[in-house]
Amino acid sequence: MPDAPGLELIAQDLNDAAAGSVLGTYHEHGQGCLIVDPERILAVLGWLRDTPGQEYRFLASLHGVDYLPAQPRFGVVYELLNMPRVERLRVRAALADSGPDELPEIDSCVPLFPAAEFQEREVYDFFGIVFSGHPDLRRILMPEDYVGWPQRRDFPVGGEPVIFTRDERDVPRWFE
Amino acid sequence: MEVRREKLRALSPLEEPRSPAELRVRQLRARDLLRGDLEGADLERHVSESVLTTTLDRATRWGRANSIFPATFGLACCAIEMMSMVSPRYDIARFGAENLRATPRQADMLILSGRVAIKMAPVIRRLYDQMLEPKWVVSMGACSSSGGMFANYAVVQGADKFMPVDIHIPGCPPRPEALLYGFNKLQRMIVGNPDAGWRRRYNAIGTEEWARPVTGTASREEAEAYAAAREQSVARHAELAGESG
Repeated sequence: MPDAPGLELIAQDLNDAAAGSVLGTYHEHGQGCLIVDPERILAVLGWLRDTPGQEYRFLASLHGVDYLPAQPRFGVVYELLNMPRVERLRVRAALADSGPDELPEIDSCVPLFPAAEFQEREVYDFFGIVFSGHPDLRRILMPEDYVGWPQRRDFPVGGEPVIFTRDERDVPRWFE
Repeated sequence: MEVRREKLRALSPLEEPRSPAELRVRQLRARDLLRGDLEGADLERHVSESVLTTTLDRATRWGRANSIFPATFGLACCAIEMMSMVSPRYDIARFGAENLRATPRQADMLILSGRVAIKMAPVIRRLYDQMLEPKWVVSMGACSSSGGMFANYAVVQGADKFMPVDIHIPGCPPRPEALLYGFNKLQRMIVGNPDAGWRRRYNAIGTEEWARPVTGTASREEAEAYAAAREQSVARHAELAGESG
């Protein structure tokens, strides 16, 4: 793992390579995380993958987070791994909520990491985050005709009231 | 030599002989019948002891209830309990349903053993539609009956929202004994002698939901329909009680 000073060095080098790409860093539970500008996510991931001395060539996981009510609301988290050194680095793109009618959008990293295809579909399925440039962006786990983004924090939990005969008899239409 | 004479009871056709003497008398009578020697009162008695009269309808239902072919169909963790129902320890073969079929075309009974995801619901409905009549569905456990603990976006809140269900078995999961008990209830339903169960014990016949007294703003037709349903239910249970008792 890059330690805290090593993380700052990576952040500086990244800011030199792509200006303004790193918005912040934090280091906890022994793992460093770069918070990056979603506009430059491809530049950041490409730099981390290809620069000699970094070479995080393996995308171990890609997932979405909803931080409601915090702003920016969404996060897309990339867990990178350097196999020979067994070093992990977390990259988080902070995505702002674009209102009820529009979906937040970020560049797809499938050109860099082909394994991200299904995971980006999953993030799209559950959080409604659009990955532009994805070769086949459809729902992957929910039915195709499903409406809504079920893992968002403002999505209703679900279930329905249990209607007992007794309640219905004593107080008609009690559940309304 | 003293000959012991026992007074022999008249046996009903389904009764086992209780002593070797009774069995011997039956055997001798059957031999005489085959020889053509049995006549008069003895013949009458032999016929009343060996012939069971019933209606064809009732015999068919009896046969159906005792040779049900369940579909091999597991949905979730309840399926583990359903599998042990077939094992020698619980042994559903005692009730004639040990032959699990791997295709809905050959199955009579579908056991919904687990939560029904909304993506699985159309598949189950298709399986049910492919089964041949007569067919029955048992909803096993809390999840398939009401959604259970899965009150969320991915699970159907009760399988009877999209298909008819005959028996709901509570439990999470129900033990195999509970499943067998539910299966026995289904058999009684098929034979056409459903036990009112707790409604009889608690003297609550006629309080079914569909036969409840009208409250609120029901129209006159609805009120009449409810009253008729209640009367029908009470009469039906009285008839059944007379039949069995």
